[in-house]
Amino acid sequence: MTKTITLAHGNGGAENQALIHDIFWKHLGNEILDRGEDAALLPTLKNPAMTTDSFTVSPLFFPGGDIGKLSICGTCNDLAMMGAAPKYLTLSVIIEEGFEARKLERIVRSMKKELATNDALIVSGDTKVVPKGTVDGLFVNTTGIGEVRAPGIGVHNIQEGDAIVVSRDIGRHGATIFVSREGLEMQSALQSDCASLWPQVASLLDSGIRPHALRDATRGGLAAVLNEWAAANELCIEVEEGAIPVSEEVRGICEMLGFEPTALANEGTFVMALDPAEVPMALEILEGFPGCESAALIGTVTTSHPGRVVLESAWGTRRFLELPTGELLPRIC
Amino acid sequence: MKKLELKNLYDDFRDPATIKALSALIHEEAAKLDRDIRIMEVCGGHTHTIMKYGLKQLMPPNIRFIHGPGCPVCIMPKERIDHAYILAMQEDVILVTLGDMIKVPGSKGSLQDARSRGADVRFVYSPLDTIKIAQENPDKRIVFFAIGFETTTPMSAAMIARAEKLGLDNLLVHVNHVTVPEVMRELIDSRDEHIDSYNNRIDAFIGPSHVSVIAGAKIYKEFPEKYGRPVVVSGFEPVDVMEGVLMLVRQFTQDRCELEIQYRRSVTMEGNVAAQKQIERYFEKRPLFKWRGLGNIPDSALKLRDEYASIDAEAIYRDILPIEEIEDHKLCICGDILRGMAEPTECQVFGTACTPQKPLGSCMVSSEGACAAYYKYGDLLK
Repeated sequence: MTKTITLAHGNGGAENQALIHDIFWKHLGNEILDRGEDAALLPTLKNPAMTTDSFTVSPLFFPGGDIGKLSICGTCNDLAMMGAAPKYLTLSVIIEEGFEARKLERIVRSMKKELATNDALIVSGDTKVVPKGTVDGLFVNTTGIGEVRAPGIGVHNIQEGDAIVVSRDIGRHGATIFVSREGLEMQSALQSDCASLWPQVASLLDSGIRPHALRDATRGGLAAVLNEWAAANELCIEVEEGAIPVSEEVRGICEMLGFEPTALANEGTFVMALDPAEVPMALEILEGFPGCESAALIGTVTTSHPGRVVLESAWGTRRFLELPTGELLPRIC
Repeated sequence: MKKLELKNLYDDFRDPATIKALSALIHEEAAKLDRDIRIMEVCGGHTHTIMKYGLKQLMPPNIRFIHGPGCPVCIMPKERIDHAYILAMQEDVILVTLGDMIKVPGSKGSLQDARSRGADVRFVYSPLDTIKIAQENPDKRIVFFAIGFETTTPMSAAMIARAEKLGLDNLLVHVNHVTVPEVMRELIDSRDEHIDSYNNRIDAFIGPSHVSVIAGAKIYKEFPEKYGRPVVVSGFEPVDVMEGVLMLVRQFTQDRCELEIQYRRSVTMEGNVAAQKQIERYFEKRPLFKWRGLGNIPDSALKLRDEYASIDAEAIYRDILPIEEIEDHKLCICGDILRGMAEPTECQVFGTACTPQKPLGSCMVSSEGACAAYYKYGDLLK
């Protein structure tokens, strides 16, 4: 392999073959992918679920992850949120001319590691190389198929009286990316929460817990998930503000820049609506996972303000939690 | 010595027991009043605190808040935003400004829109970060669109001083700094013909505190002395605002009318004299500045001194920057809201034609404006 990816690597010829063999197949190879056919032949799945997602992140490498890890977690997590075990993924990569091969390999190695966590395989792939300046380093798309282990999980199954649980402290990914992207020159030990969620969901399902809805709180954060759930069911979600877990680092960054932790993105944090009777066991299981020690019951589904999310402060005042809008920008003073 | 952490700066000031205790004291004190007291919190930061923490819900019915004009983004008239837009669209210009400003729509669109149409628009957390952008782009003209009250003016001055020292010749400034006392005076003592027919219902002020860190609490002396309106300069945390309200109510029950400082941990009567000198070196009063929702207010803003015309974007780009006035939207009642004559919810376009995504008037522009805060946080009763 040459040191940088050139347009020749996307030509379909010898250089293209070298790129695929030396980087992608080397790390991601498996029985299905190695056949090198035009389409992957898959075993029959009972109750298949399917999802797709594209990934662009700047910087490509951030504390706690990189675009490789993110592109596997993102798609696998969407499957997990439907109670489906991730099984087979496709991988499409669009690479900017001049991208360092060493970096690409590092990204692919992250993918490999994360696929193992999910017990999933890349079964089909594609690479394109485009002229410098037409993409920002590297864009990735993954599409995944999984097998539903517990039917009946979905937004429309949320009921009045359901408990709302969040799997860990919120806002880490958004805060990490903001700090590393905007040249604020802040020193921070903060790491993204970027992680695969299937292991946690599998443990919950294995113990007999049957969540009514699961959603990973990615872009738009906790606020977006709760608002979407409230709106979809014309129910109210009442949240105790003080119960929402937020790390000191994230809270500090929000204080300095005027952000709300509830509006910041997460990449390894999910929200769950479930029967309140199942909450103690669910929290016990989640707390056993590294990073999820702060899993918490944060609210209840009611009918008081249909379609809205209400935050209650520790001193008894109440306000709406709105859907975040627009670009994330620091307040002026 | 205990290591001071960031959370020490806010945890105690959000202590639920303290907030509840202050609420009880305000109720007790307000019960002695035989009238309603309307308190204007001038600064958008205070509006944000009051709405975000639901402090209105902790007040007795005879204590009301009027949300003031102290949000530099909200009061920026379309004319000035259009300047920023036009400058940003110049081929060789990088337009730099502070965060929130990017979303605010002018008549041609917002700076965000300019960016999507190919303009190079960047936001910085500190004006001094602009220096680096200027150094990294020697073949570009960097225009810093300077906004904010007395709080942010010294940072603009410091940026100009640094650029001067470094001999940077590609950094220009478009100055939109505004000052607080003039607009307060305008609200209670309307001299402008256009708004002469209005009264106001402001009984007292919570004084902007970060403004006072720089300018000193002394700038509010005239309000108790000349206008009979007590002022308490308060901090921005919920406990600060609650204590500030209590101090104001006590002035009424004890028949006093004074300037007091609640935010003693940061504010002095004199302020930051070095910063004041730095501001004076580069800036002077602008005879007239238009405030969105309030119209033209004399001496309420700053401009670069004439000797700095060589870095004044307004002078350099004079030929392409329009000076025609753009009328505020006819249905918008921001002016009445700012004088305490109306509540945001009384406006017929509130939440319908006018929303934070598509603001018609100044109060809907940022979360520090009264309408946007009402829209965002609602006004839920216990």
